[in-house]
Amino acid sequence: MKSIPCLRLLFFLSLAVSAFAGDRQVKIGFAQTGAESAWRTANTNSMKGEAAKRGFDLKFADGQGKQENQIRAIRSFVAQRVDVIVLAPIVETGWDPVLREARRAGIPVILTDRTIQTADESLYACFIGSDFYEEGRMAADWLARKVNGQGAIVELQGTPGSAPANERRRAFADAIAKHPGLKIIDSQSGDFRRAGGKEVMEAFLKKHGRAIRIVYAHNDDMALGAAQAIEEAGLKPGTDIILVSIDAIREAVQAVVDGRLNCTVECNPLFGPKVYDIIGPLIRKEPVPKKSYNKDELFDATNAAAVIAQREY
Amino acid sequence: MKVRSPLLWPLAGFVALLLLNAVFNPAFLKITLLDGHLYGVPVDILVQGSRTMLVALGMTLVIATGGIDLSVGSVVAIAGAVCAVLLQDGHGLALTLVAAVGAGVLAGSANGLLVARLGVQPIVATLILMVAGRGVAQLLVDGQVIIIASAPFEFLANGFVLGLPLAPLLVAAAYVSAHLLLRRTALGLFVEAVGDNEQASRFAGLAAARIKTLAYVFCGACAGGAGILTAANIRAADAYRAGENMELDAIFAVVVGGTALTGGRFLILGTAIGALLIQTLTTTMYNLGVPPAVAPVPKALLIIGVALLQSERTTRWLRGLAGRKEAA
Repeated sequence: MKSIPCLRLLFFLSLAVSAFAGDRQVKIGFAQTGAESAWRTANTNSMKGEAAKRGFDLKFADGQGKQENQIRAIRSFVAQRVDVIVLAPIVETGWDPVLREARRAGIPVILTDRTIQTADESLYACFIGSDFYEEGRMAADWLARKVNGQGAIVELQGTPGSAPANERRRAFADAIAKHPGLKIIDSQSGDFRRAGGKEVMEAFLKKHGRAIRIVYAHNDDMALGAAQAIEEAGLKPGTDIILVSIDAIREAVQAVVDGRLNCTVECNPLFGPKVYDIIGPLIRKEPVPKKSYNKDELFDATNAAAVIAQREY
Repeated sequence: MKVRSPLLWPLAGFVALLLLNAVFNPAFLKITLLDGHLYGVPVDILVQGSRTMLVALGMTLVIATGGIDLSVGSVVAIAGAVCAVLLQDGHGLALTLVAAVGAGVLAGSANGLLVARLGVQPIVATLILMVAGRGVAQLLVDGQVIIIASAPFEFLANGFVLGLPLAPLLVAAAYVSAHLLLRRTALGLFVEAVGDNEQASRFAGLAAARIKTLAYVFCGACAGGAGILTAANIRAADAYRAGENMELDAIFAVVVGGTALTGGRFLILGTAIGALLIQTLTTTMYNLGVPPAVAPVPKALLIIGVALLQSERTTRWLRGLAGRKEAA
């Protein structure tokens, strides 16, 4: 454990050196949650790559899944007098004190990916994230067209209570309400896990048998697990049972190309351009929209093959 | 008074759950033939439950020595990652499996060293690897989910031999060999002696530290095996999520199966029933259509029910109630 203070010292020294070396470059501090998934890695790479392209001086801090690391990172950003702080909050609560410190120093804070709960909305300048509701709606609309508004659906939910699971579930239910022929006959949580999707789908197949026409999964991992369960039950995923999911990880887009998955809606992690576009107006103290969303696309058999080569995650 | 088997309550709970399911959905117990192998919910329970069963087998011995191993979930992730990396580099299946179990043995040795030789509290010692182990697994696969495209590897978890699912057969073989090794030799007695009173067992001439270390090594090996099955089941190594909360399921299976957390007594068959019980419970939630946000509640109720029935004090109290009624 002794090496950690030394490392921290080194970290600060290197930051101090770079602070003196910089000319009037725009300085941005980015407090990332960690590196817990391929999505997150793609998100980090987008932020770093786009900063390099635009000549910004990006100070990157990996929170390693802990809020206290992120708070410490924000404090060090304030001490270094960065121009803008970008925060991907790991949890929703407990940010008020450190954000107040940033405001006192006159540094605007952009939230990305996830939002926070606070009584004082003015503590952050704006939020840029993924529109989970829109993703669920896109999936439902695509499905309604594909099956002409007819069919029995089983739903594989994400982790109960998580924002993407809640929103994707609500949006899908709202959208299919317009089609009386589309009905969710069962819904269980696969916890966003591949093994979970497979296990739940196995149980659904035994319980409902051939009644299941459509699977709607809140993420690709569960859809891929479900596809495997369908294969093991002697059916063809994508043909006998239609699979729709969200995230568009590379493996899922490949599965769409192979015909094992019918459609996946993107949850785009490439936030770099969108976030940096807003930084200029922010520094010039121009008004910016409080909430904006990254644009998501939809991949099915018509366009998956064309984009598979450029998928970054 | 006749001494009741400690297996009675978990077994009763298991049967009650099966009956409950059969009442709500008669197809629950139906087993059919599909493509020449057995197909049905009971088969699913066995296949899905086999991984927890294997982890719980190792956990039984560790708990019998008065310890606990929180690192098994992370070891599952490490073993899966080892499999993915080796198979991706084109190594053979045999080497891969040996390396994966070897990783488990290594992890178990580290735990054993800390607990038995250096005297660190088991809960703290294994907590270290629980946290660090997941990091190691992520490092191995570079934070990515690695797809494993190897038919023989997948066969281990999803294959059928003579129409019977292979994974439960492998786990059953592990149980039988563990039973023979522990109960047909004095080894089981040694484990119980160390768990009951380490000092007394040492004075009696037992190499207590070595027996404890062996228990952790065995537990690590079991977790390594479960890691292989976990990765093979989904044809992928998911270092971030594989084996998540598995230590809790395993400890539950052991305790429900009648092994005391204080050590000194273990029941291998009880652990197997406990593991099947927890898997059946999960499947029951799917079968009855219990909303996922509510599902933990009935689970908790059943667990506390079984635990209460096993407690001597509650049974004595219940018997007292019954006795008073008879007297009146």
